[in-house]
Amino acid sequence: MNFKRRDFLTAGAAIAAAGALPGCASMGSGGAPHVVVVGAGFGGTTCAKYIRKWDPNIKVTMIEPNDKFISCPISNWVLGGMKTMADITHGYDTLMKKYNINWVKDTVVGIDVDKRTVRTAGGQTIAYDRLVLAPGVEVRTDTVEGYKEAHAAQKVVHAWKAGPETALLRKQLEAMPDGGVFVMSVPTAPYRCPPGPYERACMVASYFKKAKPKSKIILLDGNQDVASKPGLFKWAWKTYYDGMIDYRPNNGPKRVDHKTMTVHTEFDDVKGDVLNVVPAQRAGEVTALAGARNDSNKVWCVVDFVTFESTAAKNVHIIGDSVLSNHPKSGHMATNHAKVCASAIVELLNGRQPAPTPVVANTCYSAVSETTAGHVATVFRYNPEKKQWDAQPGGGASSQGDEINHVFNWAWAESIWAEMLT
Amino acid sequence: MNKKLIAGMLGLGLLGTAGSALASDAHTRIIASTCLSCHGADGKSKSAMPSLAGIDKTYFVTQMKAFKSGQRPASVMHRHAPGYTDQEFEKMGEYFAAMK
Repeated sequence: MNFKRRDFLTAGAAIAAAGALPGCASMGSGGAPHVVVVGAGFGGTTCAKYIRKWDPNIKVTMIEPNDKFISCPISNWVLGGMKTMADITHGYDTLMKKYNINWVKDTVVGIDVDKRTVRTAGGQTIAYDRLVLAPGVEVRTDTVEGYKEAHAAQKVVHAWKAGPETALLRKQLEAMPDGGVFVMSVPTAPYRCPPGPYERACMVASYFKKAKPKSKIILLDGNQDVASKPGLFKWAWKTYYDGMIDYRPNNGPKRVDHKTMTVHTEFDDVKGDVLNVVPAQRAGEVTALAGARNDSNKVWCVVDFVTFESTAAKNVHIIGDSVLSNHPKSGHMATNHAKVCASAIVELLNGRQPAPTPVVANTCYSAVSETTAGHVATVFRYNPEKKQWDAQPGGGASSQGDEINHVFNWAWAESIWAEMLT
Repeated sequence: MNKKLIAGMLGLGLLGTAGSALASDAHTRIIASTCLSCHGADGKSKSAMPSLAGIDKTYFVTQMKAFKSGQRPASVMHRHAPGYTDQEFEKMGEYFAAMK
């Protein structure tokens, strides 16, 4: 049911004359409509794929600096020694070729919202009809005193974007002597992957229990309590790692000193052999180029949830972790944003109205030992009167881990990687 | 959709009706595709998750209702099923049944 461009222009003129159809698509000059997607993570890949799947008439360009996708989900398993970096690293070739996506290995350094162009570090200027920004989060290394220096020296990493830092943190843990102390901090919510820090504590504890059982973990949490699946994690810490994990809520880091390997909070000065400070986050850098970090704190992006179009930048859609909403900032959620956004863009570029009340879901597994895991899952239905997502009945989290959830945890990872990349 | 059809719809004042019918298709496309984040690219799972492509519609709808009511025990589907209407189960069932 796709318009050819000539038909579209004719029909568009007729519709515009009749004033009958709101949200009429705006077209670039010449040729098929063109969508540029920035960022090939969970959200960006899925959005590019589904735009091409649902309307092959739309051209899609992906701009991404990295050669390969490295998954944050399962990266805690790498830290625990259950999986390797190779297990969480996947190529883009199939996605690119199967869906005929124009792939640009580059970084966006400028966005002209009025001219509808992006400028790249490599010097290209690329025009778009619709722009999708899927950058994930920017880790704010300036929010903990001394962190920039410690991070630059690679003495203290966050490993909150899977990649070289994941491998480095694993090496630091391997080099730590038995009886050593691993200090990890949790930023105040909202941050990427709410259960991630607590799963990481479990995976590192699982490794210590086997390889260096006299070691300790001190978990400094900026939140007042475990921010996700509290029942599950507290059950696991007691059941599997009793006495190994020292959990200190409401005790986030203020300063880090990599020369003395100390994390300073308001209440404690905590020395460790390996420090893993995870600072606060905000919407990815590229959203600022579009002036789209427009919530009251200028931290996250406000969007229209029917289309995921920014309320600050016309024709710019933002999906995934950068968005301000009551959704958890998860890879799974980003793939769901991507599908709503792709569907809306296809409708808009064909002069139709997007689905007015989308429904999305989050499914998130966390491993708590080598063989057990738990989940949290919630369906969200868009409420157009409140302009918010209503969490639907039935959603919730495991209170204990079990083996079947562990099987599905890994199956989830394999499935979602296949869904986004093939 | 062609020019004549659009012109005809405008003439008959049917565009609003057509618009909502199309919106409902887009709705099904969204709710069905979001299942595939777990249930495999193109509905064909290569993991422990069950595939949905080509599933019998009646079987799908019956199972979703059973997850929703709690009649069928589940590891995670009891969290998802109550979030959808019976009509949405029908639409998803049609979508997956038609998926090759």
